[in-house]
Amino acid sequence: MAKRLAILGAGKLGIVLAQLALRAGYDVAIAASGDPAKIDLTVRTLAPGATAMTATDAAQWSDVIVLALPLSKYRTLPVTALAGKFVIDAMNYWWEVDGEREDSIPSDQSSSEAVQMLLAESTVIKALSHMGYHDLLDEARPSGAEGRRAIAVAADDDSARASAMQLVNDLGFDPLDIGSLANGRRLEPGNPAFGADLPLSKLKEII
Amino acid sequence: MKTNYTFGLDNFGDIPLDESGEAVTHAQAIRQVVDEAILADKLGVDIIALGEHHREEYSISSPEMVLAAIASRTKRIKLSSGVTVLSSDDPVRVYERFATLDAVSNGRAQIILGRGSFTESFPLFGYSLQDYDVLFEEKIELMAELLKEKPVSWSGTTRTELADADVFPKTESGRIETWVGVGGSPNSVLRAARYGFPLILAIIGGAPARFAPYVDLYKQAAKEYGTTAHPVGMHSPGYIADTDEEAMELAWPTFKTAFDAIGKTRGWAPWSYEHFKREVAMGSLYVGSPKTVAERIAHAMRAVGAERFDLVYGFGPVKASDRMKMVELYGKKVIPMVRELLEKS
Repeated sequence: MAKRLAILGAGKLGIVLAQLALRAGYDVAIAASGDPAKIDLTVRTLAPGATAMTATDAAQWSDVIVLALPLSKYRTLPVTALAGKFVIDAMNYWWEVDGEREDSIPSDQSSSEAVQMLLAESTVIKALSHMGYHDLLDEARPSGAEGRRAIAVAADDDSARASAMQLVNDLGFDPLDIGSLANGRRLEPGNPAFGADLPLSKLKEII
Repeated sequence: MKTNYTFGLDNFGDIPLDESGEAVTHAQAIRQVVDEAILADKLGVDIIALGEHHREEYSISSPEMVLAAIASRTKRIKLSSGVTVLSSDDPVRVYERFATLDAVSNGRAQIILGRGSFTESFPLFGYSLQDYDVLFEEKIELMAELLKEKPVSWSGTTRTELADADVFPKTESGRIETWVGVGGSPNSVLRAARYGFPLILAIIGGAPARFAPYVDLYKQAAKEYGTTAHPVGMHSPGYIADTDEEAMELAWPTFKTAFDAIGKTRGWAPWSYEHFKREVAMGSLYVGSPKTVAERIAHAMRAVGAERFDLVYGFGPVKASDRMKMVELYGKKVIPMVRELLEKS
């Protein structure tokens, strides 16, 4: 049976992740806020093969869920449906969609820690967050390929980390374990790793 | 049927350097753009598009003022914004200003509507970034009505309501050519299709071919909404010099300065030379000799399915004389070569 991946968010990043997961042989569900009919055409055209669902249905359907919605909307996540799941937080503060950062995330908290606090029954991993969405699409390569790029993974739970690292590898990147979820702060905007599109050894150096 | 390809030059009013390497004044930067547009007009460039910014590194905050000056000294070049930040503007005034530009230019005005990619205009004009989405959604709806040039009744949350309001001057053609500029959000593509606006994609990084599905999305959406799918345009930065080597050498420091300044506002790390080289080789920077740039543009237009290409020139601190030369190479050499390449295929 094909592995499943649910993606919450059908914007630039959500669509690219769906494309990569489809290419890697996953069954993919993708959700925007509200009625899936709203993104039906987008999904059919940009990520054919993926299924548009409500966020709740998508969260229930898969054991691994990637968050690719605007960070400021994280309080709208289906908390109950995400309980007991591995939740990969790929979100970043981005003013165009989020307004002022302090309005959604306390300034002394990393965004993934805030997400984990809200999703108390889920296991949150920060990954797939630092590379630009077009680099993700252009740079995905099979395991062992020359020049393969790396993606950092931050998590507190070992099996969650292993699952996220497997996903990163399947999507076409070398996973780099950077330790605890709190370390995910090093991947946020304003840090050298934000926007990084580098091979494993170089990414390690700057983190 | 022969495709009608069009080619534009886009500029944000970046501050050029004089011969001694000093930055010129904002006022001189604006006059430079006027001179460049006059040359572009003589060389047959189809469009000059000027962006609206409210930041120190860009001199143009009122594109239509500069376009009006260009109008009085040119004959055929189309005069466009690129983009008009509609979210922090008033659609009624946007209509009035561009209808006026259309009058003084004998029907050459063009608008590219956008959400803007900087924050400054929001606090400056009293808008909240929290309202980023609703501001654009409501204002594009009103703009679409105003462009019909009939009395408008409209109400919303972001501006005073209009009851059978008629707005002047009317244009002679009955319609100001109006595009929507999109950075790659699927929703923005759907929105352009919903209102039947032509779409121009801002492609400033990565392989241009990845935008081809967006063109499909635009066409599919137009079909479903029962609107017209117009030809699609693309806009990307570049640097043209006599040789590839010269272009690379001159372009690198200017692009690094310009993109690092933007990166600071977004929180991404400074550009590396490797990143720059990769963008030039297969991404979205059109840097090189006229032949190299023409081949890359033709390839990208085919890959995306674009019928309009706008080159963002003079991005960052470029010498005024090099900018003028770039306009000349683009008009005299690059455009004819791209046309030839596209017509061959």
